[in-house]
Amino acid sequence: MFRFASIRLLRALITILAVITFAFVVLRLSGDPAQVMLGPDVPQESVDAFRKAWGLDQPLWIQYLSYIRAIFTGDFGVSMRDKASAMQLVIERIPATLQLTIPALFLKVVIGIPAGVYAALHRQSAIDRGVILAAIFGFTIPSFVMGLLLVLIFSITLGLLPSGGQDTWQHGILPTLTMSIGGIGILARFSRSAMIEVMGQPYIRTASAKGMKWQDVVWKHALPNAAVPIVTIVGFMVGTLIAGAVVVESIFSWPGIGRLLVVSVSNRDLAVVQCILLLVAATMVVSNLIVDLLYGFLDPRLRAQSAH
Amino acid sequence: MVKNLVELRGLKVAFDGVQVLHGIDLDIARGEAIGLVGESGCGKSVTWLAALGLLPGKATVSGSVRVDGQEILAQPRHVLEGVRGKRIAMIFQDPSSSLNPVLRVGRQITEALAIHRGLHGEAAKAEALRLLDMVGIPDARRRIELFPHEFSGGQCQRVMIAMALAGEPDLLVADEPTTALDATIQAQILDLLIALRAETGMATIFISHDLGAVSQVCERACVMYAGRIVEQGTIQALFDNPRHPYTRGLFDAIPRLDGPRERLIPIPGTVPNPRDLPEGCAFSPRCSHAAIDCRTRMPALHSTDDGRLLSCHHPVGSHPPIGVTHPAEARVLEPLS
Repeated sequence: MFRFASIRLLRALITILAVITFAFVVLRLSGDPAQVMLGPDVPQESVDAFRKAWGLDQPLWIQYLSYIRAIFTGDFGVSMRDKASAMQLVIERIPATLQLTIPALFLKVVIGIPAGVYAALHRQSAIDRGVILAAIFGFTIPSFVMGLLLVLIFSITLGLLPSGGQDTWQHGILPTLTMSIGGIGILARFSRSAMIEVMGQPYIRTASAKGMKWQDVVWKHALPNAAVPIVTIVGFMVGTLIAGAVVVESIFSWPGIGRLLVVSVSNRDLAVVQCILLLVAATMVVSNLIVDLLYGFLDPRLRAQSAH
Repeated sequence: MVKNLVELRGLKVAFDGVQVLHGIDLDIARGEAIGLVGESGCGKSVTWLAALGLLPGKATVSGSVRVDGQEILAQPRHVLEGVRGKRIAMIFQDPSSSLNPVLRVGRQITEALAIHRGLHGEAAKAEALRLLDMVGIPDARRRIELFPHEFSGGQCQRVMIAMALAGEPDLLVADEPTTALDATIQAQILDLLIALRAETGMATIFISHDLGAVSQVCERACVMYAGRIVEQGTIQALFDNPRHPYTRGLFDAIPRLDGPRERLIPIPGTVPNPRDLPEGCAFSPRCSHAAIDCRTRMPALHSTDDGRLLSCHHPVGSHPPIGVTHPAEARVLEPLS
């Protein structure tokens, strides 16, 4: 178990390191912060001074080494724009993003999974067809289209809900809906196919043959087996809690991580972008780890495999 | 009291409009063991899955299935749930995938005990241990906590049998219970089924394509072909003197253990596709005795002088077939497959 845990931890650290290295290199190769921050008409001396001040005149590998060294001492850099601690800026935005992503995740789970399971148990029925159709509709429409569509209907035509900002709880409704519809579709489709596969297994026939009530067959024998693929998808969704709202926050002017990311990338505010990506990678890795542990809990066969 | 435990009358099954079972009539007396023999796809398993309502929704089932005189076909779900496991229990071909992989075997057995005998907690566990002992699982006290993947195929089948016994059924339907197992394990499971029947007095339906296994377990057998029973009689009668050319063909395809080595006689051709059954007798295209009437007229299942049921216009000899001078047991010790 200790070996298993340490291997997993090492792999997690390598993943995070790979992400921040990639981000570091790409950000520095794709544009000059000095030019972007200072504008096109600044004298060369100012640009040079800016570069020197931020250490951008050093060779890339020296910049990289000092960045990594700083991270290990808990220093995530300073925003070139606000001159404040980058991590501080990012952390301040987290609650706003979670205000959207957590309710959205909740909706995805409580609507998507039951809809998929119900459709699987009533295969070929009108409801099943309806669920499939709605699911395909949900996850094929990109969120920027869905967001605009909802704004058009609920804000402009019906005038029921605000189309942007963060002032009241009503402001959160449209962004949350926009974000959850695709996920509901994905979960419904996956739950349906997982459940259909499980219901065709011989052990389900055994459970029926021993005289169990239909509901018990579904709840006690089928659902625990269908849980593994469903948990995989939900785990992925948990991993995007922090950074899953980039598009939606931009559409609805919601002051969360997503918008901070967009603004920081266009400003080449290196430290902030790196901080966000580090956080995103860490959330992904942690949610993956939780999913792996859950697999073992859900399926004893996987537990046996990972022990070896 | 009704004489027969279970009566099937005109049981028909169609999948998506394709008829696969063409009216099965079968009586099972209390405590009796009957074999259902035939090639894959002849409808042996479908008969019992249909009777217990275990076929998928696309199957259309008609006819009549009576348990102690009570009709169970096309009845509300709760009627079937009361019969399954309690009156008629069923075990399946692939024991490893027939047990739920994420539930401990003990739980899977105690579930059945709770449903049929109202046992819970320690009482259920004690009874589950007794059942596991009874089916020959060593060290049951420890192994009751294990998951199915920690058991071998043969042991999974023993667990399945323990689970089937939990409801103290009147009839055990064993659907090819040994097909997926090694030869030595097959023999052990057969012995177990025979012993349990002697002990509990439950009737047994033994579905198999293995004539040898059927002869060990059963007194009576039905030979099925393309969704119909073509010959039915005592094991002795069928083995000593098969009358239907198909039954005869099955015996000719079994290697002999005694006497000189001789070429086996296979049945030419393959089982017809249920979508495209030949006119008349379904076996006629493969039958060396077929005459013109076989290809035009379906022979009815009728009783013969010696008490068997037979569906053939031109049955093979009423004397022991040429070449079979010994009782057929010698030839069936080896499985057919």
